[in-house]
Amino acid sequence: MDAVGERQISYDARGLSEPDAEIPKVSEVDGGRAVFDARDLTTRQINLELRWLLYERGITDVTVKNPGSKHSIGVGILTRCKITYEGSLGYFGCGMIDGPEVHITGRVGWSACENMMSGVVVIDGNAGSLTGAAIRGGDLVVKGRVGARSGIDQKGGTILTLGSAGSMNGFMMQRGRQIICGDVGPGLGDSMYDGIFYIGGKVKSLGVDCVPGEWDDADTEFIERKFRIYDLGSPPEFQKFVCGKKLYNYDNLEPSERKLVL
Amino acid sequence: MCGIAGIIYRDGAQDIGRDMTRMLQSMKHRGPDSTGYALFGPAAHPVVMRYKLADANDPRDFEFTERLQRHRAEIESRLRELGAKIESVEDETDYACRAVLHYHGDLKQLADYIEDVPGTEVLSLGHSLEIVKDLGDAETVSAQYDLGDFTGTHAIGHVRMATESDVDISGAHPYWAYPFADIAVVHNGQLTNYFQWKRRLERSGHRFQSECDSEIIAVYLAEKMGEGMSLEEAMRASMQDLDGVFTYICVTKDALGVAKDEMAAKPLVLYESDNLVALASEEIAIRAIVDHEIDTYDPYEGEVLVWTR
Repeated sequence: MDAVGERQISYDARGLSEPDAEIPKVSEVDGGRAVFDARDLTTRQINLELRWLLYERGITDVTVKNPGSKHSIGVGILTRCKITYEGSLGYFGCGMIDGPEVHITGRVGWSACENMMSGVVVIDGNAGSLTGAAIRGGDLVVKGRVGARSGIDQKGGTILTLGSAGSMNGFMMQRGRQIICGDVGPGLGDSMYDGIFYIGGKVKSLGVDCVPGEWDDADTEFIERKFRIYDLGSPPEFQKFVCGKKLYNYDNLEPSERKLVL
Repeated sequence: MCGIAGIIYRDGAQDIGRDMTRMLQSMKHRGPDSTGYALFGPAAHPVVMRYKLADANDPRDFEFTERLQRHRAEIESRLRELGAKIESVEDETDYACRAVLHYHGDLKQLADYIEDVPGTEVLSLGHSLEIVKDLGDAETVSAQYDLGDFTGTHAIGHVRMATESDVDISGAHPYWAYPFADIAVVHNGQLTNYFQWKRRLERSGHRFQSECDSEIIAVYLAEKMGEGMSLEEAMRASMQDLDGVFTYICVTKDALGVAKDEMAAKPLVLYESDNLVALASEEIAIRAIVDHEIDTYDPYEGEVLVWTR
């Protein structure tokens, strides 16, 4: 007869908590380049292999085959290098990176490149929601479409999307630029503090405090340069949107608070 | 958190029990408390009924086995009383059964009379729908109910991280859309107008087996379809009536539909090919059944999509 609580429940299915995982050392190394197949490796093993190649072997160009949409791949890489993922990544792919030049031939799930500091990430397919959340620098190029709330809390850098985007893009954006060639969903730039949107398609609705901006030569130069760098052909016509700064009242509040304190 | 998944094969029956297990097991980290399946077999049975006599967590007192035997016999007696001819009754576990019946009467009356037996809950009732749900991960439940050999055309599944109600079978998904045959729902999210809709639907004569907000969706869709709406129309109506953050998948005997709330707050990844539609909270679940590179995307906010087989 079964007893209550007899069933074993494990929270370890992500393969993230593998304290005993060892570096697989399965890469084929050729000079400064390395290739390895991630099909049968766990997330932890893939990241250990990457770190071993980049930090201990001094490899500067790594190709990861068959990443299989596993989560949290390639996070926290803080060195200048080139990484190619032949396939798709799951959630949190390439998060918290500083410096790498990354090419993903498939798609990426939610929260791609979250908190990216610098470097370049080019995604050939689509990306999920929260793409480029809180990025501070670098270029994130998505050749497909992105989900909702992309560039939420963006603090710098550029997110360039060739396809369409979902709702609430750039929610609470603080700085940086988003170039979206397709249509965008409702609530664009809601509660943004600063930053610029360039939208090529239709805007379903603007969020609170997001307003049309005045186009100048610097905008044209910026967009043409980004399209030239990533070999994207001729840019379409864009509309510019910026922060209306009607909600931007910290400067008024702080002195009054200071008065109260004094 | 919870994870949901759905597959529909357009070119005939496949090993959906095995495939759904692979999808759900790959998302175990989204909810290890319980796992559930709604599977559609290819051959229409006269009537197939899945029911449980007790919950997996019920205390095993001294009379537990005898009590369940009495209740099992009482259910078979009531089935005969209603004019059902019992083709077979299989014990899946010591508390869950699968009965195949010949019955042409009112399914609501049948379900109500069976559920009047203490501790009994009808998990599914229909001609090809079979809902299996229990505590533990997908491999545990699949092995327990021998789902590896289940062939069929479409299925949905759910891995549950219990947040709003207890860890028990009643709180596990999928939910059968009582009293309509062959309709089931899985859900990831929270409904904030749950009590309002529960009271409203109870006044219309519907009953609820759990305290789980997700059950509302199944009963809501059942009521709308009972009023004559198609699955897609009912799902579109739900976007206006249900409040909260949610992604849910609904299946009927020949269709599978998905709906995302207006904020797109809950994930869903979609893959569509000529012979297969697969969707899940995470792409890793789709990869578990498709071994080549695929192109997937996230449906946007407020989207309702329906596929027929």
